[in-house]
Amino acid sequence: MTLKQLSVFIENRKGRLAEVLNILKEHNVNILSMSLADTTEYGLLRLIVNDPETGCRVLLDAGFSSMLTDVLIIKIPHVAGSLQSILARITEGGVNIEYMYGLSVETSDASIVMKTNELEVACRVLREAGIATMTTEEIRAL
Amino acid sequence: MIFSKQETLSRAELRAIQKERLLETVGRVYERVAPYREKMQAAGLTPADITSLDDLKKLPFITKQDLREHYPFGFCALPREQFARVHSSSGTTGKPTPTVFAKSDLDVWSECVARIASAGGATPEDMAQICFGFGMFTGAEGLQRGLERVGAAIVPSSAGNSEKQLLYMKDFGTTLLVATPSYAMRLSEVARGLGLEPARDLTVRTLVLGSELLTDAMREEMRLAWGRDVNITTNYGMSELMGPGISGECLEGGGLHVNEDFFIPEIIDPKTGEVLPEGELGELVITCIKREAMPLVRYRTGDLTRLFYAPCRCGRTTCRMENLQGRSDDMLKVNGVRLFPSQVEEIVLSVPELGPHYEIVLEREGYSDRMTVRVELATVTDSFRVLEEIERTVKAKLKTVLGLSIRVKLESPNTLERFEGKAKRVKDLRKKD
Repeated sequence: MTLKQLSVFIENRKGRLAEVLNILKEHNVNILSMSLADTTEYGLLRLIVNDPETGCRVLLDAGFSSMLTDVLIIKIPHVAGSLQSILARITEGGVNIEYMYGLSVETSDASIVMKTNELEVACRVLREAGIATMTTEEIRAL
Repeated sequence: MIFSKQETLSRAELRAIQKERLLETVGRVYERVAPYREKMQAAGLTPADITSLDDLKKLPFITKQDLREHYPFGFCALPREQFARVHSSSGTTGKPTPTVFAKSDLDVWSECVARIASAGGATPEDMAQICFGFGMFTGAEGLQRGLERVGAAIVPSSAGNSEKQLLYMKDFGTTLLVATPSYAMRLSEVARGLGLEPARDLTVRTLVLGSELLTDAMREEMRLAWGRDVNITTNYGMSELMGPGISGECLEGGGLHVNEDFFIPEIIDPKTGEVLPEGELGELVITCIKREAMPLVRYRTGDLTRLFYAPCRCGRTTCRMENLQGRSDDMLKVNGVRLFPSQVEEIVLSVPELGPHYEIVLEREGYSDRMTVRVELATVTDSFRVLEEIERTVKAKLKTVLGLSIRVKLESPNTLERFEGKAKRVKDLRKKD
């Protein structure tokens, strides 16, 4: 149920983001969605890509502090209140959401990428509620 | 191994040698070195007033400023035709300061460094790779001479080109490495990048480190990088006084043995110039008592240390000086607080999530100084909480030790500059008005 997200530490310095993107381009790693959160000094770039293992390896080789993080990608119907009800179930299950961002791919559903503290619990809650998540195969097919 | 029996003389024997050499030196300097004669005359002294080792304290000091004023050879006691070699400090803070050797001085140099290298574990069987830059710098030449005197084979690989250095190291079977602490660390990183684990895949068993401070924290990093059983020592020198060879650590770890039959060390109160008793912290003053070309008397090194005269477990009877906490040249003043980069280094090395490299950046902001420490992440994380926690830890430690609020800047691995010679850890961007 969980997927690998590629996380990269980047200093707030001109050209650093471009360097990361260049490396991924050179190795044919396609970015499906991203989130860039930052402080004044540095940022964390979080990417959903078609081939996270390759992406992580080539960035590490280039000296970037990068890693794979387990996340959930939850399919959410385009209906008012659907995100609210899913989040309610997850938090009722005692799970803390660390961060989330939208998966910016055109499909019939909206999707969100979510990082939580208790991934297994979150998965169980979603399964029991019959809420669909995306699989690696689905991501690769996008 | 103890290289020379002069290192194990009784204190009385040693003092007799020192006295004879001091009196000879003072007479010669008075006769031949005009600026020092003038200093002695200004103090109302002639060589006849110096009759014992105790009289040393009456003599005037020489400072780096004096050497600059009499640039290049004003403090030499020989005419230029009798010079055998001239080396020089780099002169980053002004004119370079030359150091002159007569033929006999070169011989003394070899002897002094041979003793120090032996104290650090060098043997005639060693294959010694010298990763110091050859040229005007005394470090490379001095270590080459000393290790040759010990009987080791020399690989003068000089500074730079780390991959080539590692190729020599592996293929030639280098057993002893001469480098700055920061370059020794760098070499271990490059080795790992090439898939070599230094302790397993290389044969280095002795590190003779110098030209930069070796803090206790760095020594520990060095053990992690090069292996638990590797001999690690540092030594002290100063180009004006000869270069390396003044003092060096033995493997007992109780300080740096001074070659006292060639150099008399004193500790003074830097404010009053008064000689301080054994064990007190003060400025190191060195008198060269067997130097023909440039016999500096009571040279103020600017370095703070202590001296101890108890015999060492290693068998040497020469006095020991405590490893320096910082070279006076490296001292920084930030918002009125004095600090050494080595203090920052100790803190950086104490945080496991950070790599061993760092850079201190000083800027002027309005009427106060702003200090930033740039450090490299040695861990990977996807969490701001973890990153903030690392920053907070470093900041708090800096605040506790230095009493200053310092900005901490986390950087990706391998972003900070690496150095092959002396590491430049400080970037001072404050306008000097």
